[in-house]
Amino acid sequence: MYEYIVKRILLVFPTLLGAAILVFFLLRLIPGDVCELRMAGEGAFVDEEALDACRANLGIDQSIFIQFVDFMWGLIRFDFGLSMWSGQPIVYEIGLRFELSLQVAIMATLFSIIISIPLGTISAVKADTWIDYVVRTFSIAGIAIPSFWLGILIILFLLIFTQSWFGVAWMPPIQYVPIWVDPWYNMSMLIWPALATGYRYSAVATRMTRSALLEVLREDYVRTARAKGLLEKVIINRHALKNAMLPVVTVIGIEFAFLMGGLVVTEQVFNLNGLGKLFVEAVTNNDYSLTQALVMVVVTIFVFTNLVVDILYAWLDPRIRYN
Amino acid sequence: MATASGSLVGSKSEDIAERTPWSAVLGDLIRRKPLGAAGGLIVIVMVVSGVFAPLIAPFDPVVNDYANPHVAPNLTNLMGTDQFGRDILSRIIYGARTALLIGFISAFVGAFSGLVLGVASAYFGGLFDMVLQRFMDIVMAFPLIILALSMIAVLGPLVDNDVLLVILAITIPFIPRCARVVRSSALAIREIPYVDAARACGFSHIRIILRHMTPNVMAPFLIMITAFVGQAILLEASLSYLGLGVQEPIAAWGLMLQGGAEEYAESAPWIAVFPGLAITLAVFGFSLFGDALRDTLDPKLRSQ
Repeated sequence: MYEYIVKRILLVFPTLLGAAILVFFLLRLIPGDVCELRMAGEGAFVDEEALDACRANLGIDQSIFIQFVDFMWGLIRFDFGLSMWSGQPIVYEIGLRFELSLQVAIMATLFSIIISIPLGTISAVKADTWIDYVVRTFSIAGIAIPSFWLGILIILFLLIFTQSWFGVAWMPPIQYVPIWVDPWYNMSMLIWPALATGYRYSAVATRMTRSALLEVLREDYVRTARAKGLLEKVIINRHALKNAMLPVVTVIGIEFAFLMGGLVVTEQVFNLNGLGKLFVEAVTNNDYSLTQALVMVVVTIFVFTNLVVDILYAWLDPRIRYN
Repeated sequence: MATASGSLVGSKSEDIAERTPWSAVLGDLIRRKPLGAAGGLIVIVMVVSGVFAPLIAPFDPVVNDYANPHVAPNLTNLMGTDQFGRDILSRIIYGARTALLIGFISAFVGAFSGLVLGVASAYFGGLFDMVLQRFMDIVMAFPLIILALSMIAVLGPLVDNDVLLVILAITIPFIPRCARVVRSSALAIREIPYVDAARACGFSHIRIILRHMTPNVMAPFLIMITAFVGQAILLEASLSYLGLGVQEPIAAWGLMLQGGAEEYAESAPWIAVFPGLAITLAVFGFSLFGDALRDTLDPKLRSQ
């Protein structure tokens, strides 16, 4: 087991290094350079001195090799430099918003686990009955409904509902307050985006639970358990579900990593000041240093989530670590 | 409807022999996959309204009518009008054109590039395969929308046309996703003797890849394309919603939800409801159709 974990951890570094190289060179594909583009984008007369100052400030007057070493050295120390738009350190900008996005991501994950595993189980046990069809339609709809539209619909519903019931339209909270300071306020702000994101996420996990469980239910040991006269409930919960959980864990893990992507749109809809919104702002404002830092953050989260999933998988299924 | 799937013993009607395999597949689809056929119907409706948009749409989708903003759905404007007085139904019909154009081009180009790369990777093997696969692994570590947005950031200054920019930003993330799937199918095909035979005949690598191996990985390729079209439509809508995709005044579903939708949510909810419904139906249609296609073309994948 330890050997497997060490091997798996060592695999993380080439991927991160590769991603860093890719991100670094991708932004060097831009014709001219970032400074020229920024200044030209502002439409004003391009001042050579300001251009040079900007280049010196970002370090892009150096040779590409030194720039790359600088970039990598910065990454190792979590120093991404300054945001080109706000002028603040990028680590500060990210730190401000990290907590909110992480909370929404965790809530969405919990929500989807609570929904998907029971639904997927029912759907598999009652395969090809009307219950199964209802669950499957519900989960396909989750994949088809864009999370930003679901968000808009939730807001619409809340507005109309509160207006007609309380006479006063619901006002979405604006300032983020950590959950331990004011849990009620915090929840009233974040529960809706978590729902909108989590529904889509649960759809994938439900489908996975269903197909994994269906496969396991065809195994010989399930037939043996039935032949022994065990209660169907025991067979499903103790024998089948445990083995069906493996692919589900993977899907939940991978989707968690992709949640960061999902948050890009959801945060926009609910006007939450999180990492996703920051990313959109960075792209809109041509803030390349911030874009590159955020891409690295997302990839790092993805790679480490995958690592955790793989280790969990090996722990759950001993066959894997001996391969 | 007669039994179709080729070698199976079906009804005795003589038209079976004359049928092309394609119509056989289609007949099979409708009979055994009602959901898939429903998906196919949605796709057809969408294609028809996209292609014949100028004939179907009751109004011009881009002409503002400041005298009639926020008109509730009625007999003239079946889905009401938006904040600029434009007819929402007409914009949705024209929006199908935008969505399909971007969806099909990016799905096809992305999947085809992935196909060639995947087959080549499996065929050559060795160092080429390893380097390419590690590169693909790295690209796959970027969530779809993050990669698309990064592409917009990088390519934005290079490409003037916003529709082309969106197509490029959506196409590139698809390539490794298709290459992966195709490679694993192609690996199995490479071991079949006819590839060795083709090499013994002295055919060029390109000829073997394109003429001998590619046709045999068509099933996963077609499945990927249908899946991609749905994803591309969703991605285009998300990008346009964020203001980084298709720009006004082009009619695009995501764009219709942007800005106006939330501001006028209470007074004019139809602005927010109908375009989202169109996106959902389109993606729903393509996934149902794609699922049925997968089951029909590749029974090995059925249980997934």
